[in-house]
Amino acid sequence: MSPGMSSGSPIIRFEGVTKRYGKVVAVDDVNLEVREGEFFALLGPSGCGKTTLLRMLAGFEVPSEGRILIDGQDVTQVGPNKRPVNMVFQNYAVFPHMSVADNVGYGLKVDGVPSGERTMRVEEALALVKLDGLGSRRPDQLSGGQRQRVALARALVKRPRVLLLDEPLSALDAKLREAMRTELCQLQAQVGITFVMVTHDQDEALALADRCAVMNRGLLQQVASPSDLYEFPASRFVADFIGSVNMLEGALVVDEPDHAEVAVAGIDLPVFLDHGVTGAAGTTLWLALRPEKIELHKWAEAPPALGDAPQGRNAVAGTITHVAYLGSESLYEVTLPDGQKLKALRSNLTRWDQEDFALGEQVWLAWHACSPAVLLS
Amino acid sequence: MLQRPSQAPGVFAAVGLPPVVWLFALFLAPLAVIWTYSFGENRTLVDIAITGSWGNYARALKPLYLAILLKSMGFAALTTVLCFVLGLPVALAITFASRRAKLLLLVAIMLPFWTNLLIRTYALMAILRTEGLINAGLGALWGIVPGLPPFEPLPLINNNFAVVVGLVYVHLPFMVLPLYAALDRLDRSLIEASLDLGAGHLATLWRVVVPLALPGIVSGIIITFIPALGAYLTPDLLGGTNSQMIANVIERQFRSANDWPFGAALSFLLMYLTFAALMVQAIISRRSAEREGAR
Amino acid sequence: MKGPLDYLARWPLRLWLAMVGAFLYLPLLALVVFSFNDSRRITVWRGFSLRWYAELFDDGELVAAFGNSLVIAAASTLISLILGTLAALLLWRFRFAGKAPLEALLGLPIVVPEICLGVAFLVFFTAIVPWPTELPWPLNLGAIIIAHATFSFSFVALVVRARLASFDGALAEAARDLGAGEWLIFRDIMVPHMVPGLVAGALLAFTLSLDDFVITFFTSGPDTITFPIKVYSMVRFSVTPAVNAASTLLILLTAGLTALALWLQGADIAKQAA
Repeated sequence: MSPGMSSGSPIIRFEGVTKRYGKVVAVDDVNLEVREGEFFALLGPSGCGKTTLLRMLAGFEVPSEGRILIDGQDVTQVGPNKRPVNMVFQNYAVFPHMSVADNVGYGLKVDGVPSGERTMRVEEALALVKLDGLGSRRPDQLSGGQRQRVALARALVKRPRVLLLDEPLSALDAKLREAMRTELCQLQAQVGITFVMVTHDQDEALALADRCAVMNRGLLQQVASPSDLYEFPASRFVADFIGSVNMLEGALVVDEPDHAEVAVAGIDLPVFLDHGVTGAAGTTLWLALRPEKIELHKWAEAPPALGDAPQGRNAVAGTITHVAYLGSESLYEVTLPDGQKLKALRSNLTRWDQEDFALGEQVWLAWHACSPAVLLS
Repeated sequence: MLQRPSQAPGVFAAVGLPPVVWLFALFLAPLAVIWTYSFGENRTLVDIAITGSWGNYARALKPLYLAILLKSMGFAALTTVLCFVLGLPVALAITFASRRAKLLLLVAIMLPFWTNLLIRTYALMAILRTEGLINAGLGALWGIVPGLPPFEPLPLINNNFAVVVGLVYVHLPFMVLPLYAALDRLDRSLIEASLDLGAGHLATLWRVVVPLALPGIVSGIIITFIPALGAYLTPDLLGGTNSQMIANVIERQFRSANDWPFGAALSFLLMYLTFAALMVQAIISRRSAEREGAR
Repeated sequence: MKGPLDYLARWPLRLWLAMVGAFLYLPLLALVVFSFNDSRRITVWRGFSLRWYAELFDDGELVAAFGNSLVIAAASTLISLILGTLAALLLWRFRFAGKAPLEALLGLPIVVPEICLGVAFLVFFTAIVPWPTELPWPLNLGAIIIAHATFSFSFVALVVRARLASFDGALAEAARDLGAGEWLIFRDIMVPHMVPGLVAGALLAFTLSLDDFVITFFTSGPDTITFPIKVYSMVRFSVTPAVNAASTLLILLTAGLTALALWLQGADIAKQAA
C-alpha cells in the first residue's frame, strides 16, 4: 500500500466525460475520481475507451461533453503543454535526434529552467531510473528497457502532479516486465507522485495498482481495489474479464436475510448462499464461481458438506473431461450430466499425487456457501 | 530472390537490351555530343572543331555570364525559400487532416501540377499584365475614392518580381508533396511527447518536427531548386530583358547566336550544378538512413 | 472540441490554406472564365459567348497542331510503356554487374534539366543523325516522339517497378510448378498484376508528352507545330481570349486524364480491399 492512499483527497476528477468520434462513442459519461498519491489503473479490453480517457487527461483529446479537473482546476480546454501532468508513451516516444540527457532535459529547457539547474535535475532523474552515466548516449544505442527508463525520467524530471503511463510494460519481454513491475511500484513510493496507468493486462493492473477502473465499450464498469474487483465483481463483464470464472445462470427461489437459494439448470439442488439477496423470487441472476474456489472430491466419498451448508448442498457430480497440468496447479474441466462444463483449479501441494484425479474419473465438485459472487447484471 | 543473368540468359537479354540500348543511343549519345561540343570551337557557321579547349567554360565564368548564373541561382533559392514558407503550413495541415480532407487537399495541390506549364504561366500573365486583372481591380478600387491622382498601374510583369512569382506558382506542388510525405511518416507520439513536456506548437515544430523531417525537407528543397534553376518558360514569358536566367542564355546560343560550343558549355555547367544539388541530397538522406538503420 | 493536433481546425491555418488555394486557382479560374467572354479584352466581362472556341476550330493550323500533339503523345506513350516495363522487369528480377550505375542512368532523364535535354536533342537531330524532313505525316514527328519517349520511359519504369515490388513471387513459382513456362507466367501472372502500374505509367507518359514545351521547342523543325508550340506563339504575339479557349480545352483534357487515373487507381484499391 502506498503512503498516499490514506490522504484520499481527489487530485483528478472526470465529470460526465463523453467523447464521440462521429457516431462512435469512445467514452460514455464517465464520472471518476483519482486520489492524491495513489497508483491508479485503467483496465479494459482494447477499444474500451481507456486510452481515450488517458489522452483526454493528458490533453491530446478534448471531451465532447463533461469536464476534467486537476487539483480542482478545470483543465478541459487547456492544452497538453500547459497541464501539470506528464506522460510515458506506449512506444516511449524518445526523441531519436537528441541524446539521453537532452531528452530528459527537454521539458525543463522549454520551460526556461537555467542550464545549471537543468543539468543537476537531469542527473538526479537519470539516477532515479538507474541510468547514471548514460546521459551522452543516443537513443539508438539503448535497449528497449533503457528507452523506457529515459521516457520515465523525462516525465518525472518535470515533477508533474500526475504521471500518466500508457501500457507501460506491453513492449517489454516477459522477464523484464516482471522486474519492471516491482521497480515501478518502488519508484512510485519513492517520488510520491500520483500514477495513472492504462493497461489491457489484468495481471499488471492487479499487481501494480492501489485501485483500478474497469471499462468496457466506453462505460465505466467498476472502480475498486484489485482484491475487491476479483472477489466482489460488480457485473458479469468484470467477473469474466478479471481472472477465470464459472458463470452459472439461475433463478432466485429462496431469499431470507441470512441465506438464499438459487436454482441453476443442471444442478439438482438449489445453490445455497450464506447471505441474503435483495430480489423477488424468480429473479434471474448469475453466480460467478472462481475455479480455485471449487474443490474436487473422490466419488467414493459421500457428497461432502461444507461450512454451515445443509448436508448435500453445493455439491454436484461430474466427470473429468480434461486435465491441464500448469506446474503450480492443475486445471480440471468437469462435465456435468447435462453437458455443462465447470473449471476447477487445484494446487499441486505435493510432488507425487498429480495423477490423483485422472481423465474420465467421476468426482464431486463442492464449494462454500460464501464462494459464489452474486451478480444481477 | 533475385536471379543472375546466367539463370535465364534469354529473358535477361530480351528484357534488358531494348531499354539499355535506347538509353545509350538516344539519351547518353546526345548528351555526350554536346559535352564534346563544349570543348570545341566554331570554325564556320556550321563547322565545329573539337579542340579540347576550356575556352567556353572560361567564357561562361566571365562576369557577364557568371552574373546570370548567380542570378539564376538566386532566383531558384528565393523561389525555394518562398515555396517552403508557403508550403510548410499547407503540408502540416494536410498531414493532420481527416482522411477525407486529406484526399481533397492532396488532389487540390496535384491538379495544377498536372496542368500544362505553358498554360499556367499564361494564366499568370493574364493576371499580372499592365491591363491585367490585378491592375484592373486596383484601378477600379482607386476610382471609388474621389480626388486621387489618376491610377498608375503597378509594374507586375516583365521584371524580376514576375519571374519569382511565376517560379513559386509553378513549383509550389514540388515542395508540398515531399514535405507532406516526410511529415506523414513522422511518429505522431513524438509531437505529442513534446507538447506533453510543455513545449508550445512553434517550439515543437522547430525542435522536434523540423529536425526529424529534415531528409524530407531537404528533398523538397532540392526537388524545388533543380527545376527552378533550369526554368526556361517562366523567365521567357514573365521576365523582362533584365531577368533572363541561364536557360534563356543557353537557348539564345543555340537558336539565334548559333554558338553551339558555348551553349553546350553553359548546359553542362547547369547539369553540374544540378548534380551537385542531388549529391547534397544523397549525402543527407544517407546520413539519416544510417541513423535510422542503427536504431 | 478540437484536439491540439487538429491544425486544420485553427483559423490562421485555414486562412493560410485559403490564400495558397487562391494563389494556385484564381489565375486558372480567370483564364477559364474569360475564355467565354464576348470581348477581345480579357479583364472586362461582356457576356457569355463561345465565339473564341468557334475561332479555334476554324484555325486549321491549330487543329493540325492539336492532332500532332495527340499523335506524338500516343506514340511516345506506347514506346515508353514498352521500354519502361522492360526496364522495370530487368531491375526487379535480376542481379548483375553494373546494376547500380544502370539504375542511376535510368533516373537521369528525370533530373536532367529540360533545357539541357532539349539542346542535346537539337544538336543530335540536326548535326549527328539529321531527321529527314520530307517524310510523310506522321513519320515527320519521329524526332519529337523519340525525345518524348526518352524522358518519359524513366517515369514509367519508376511506376511499374513500384507496382512490381508488391508482387508475390510465390505466384510465379506456383505457375511454374503447374507447368507454365516463362512466357505463360509473364502473360498470365505478371501482366495482370502489373496492370494498375501500366495504366498509371501510360497516363503519366501521355500527360508528360502533352505538357512538354521546352524539349519539343528544340526538337521540332520549323515545319512541325505541336499544340504547346502553337499556343506559345499565340501567347508571344497576342493575349486574346482564343488562347484562353485553347488553354481551357487542354486543362479539361488533363483534368479528365487525371480523374481517369484516380478513378482507375481507386477501383484498383477497392478491388484489393475486396
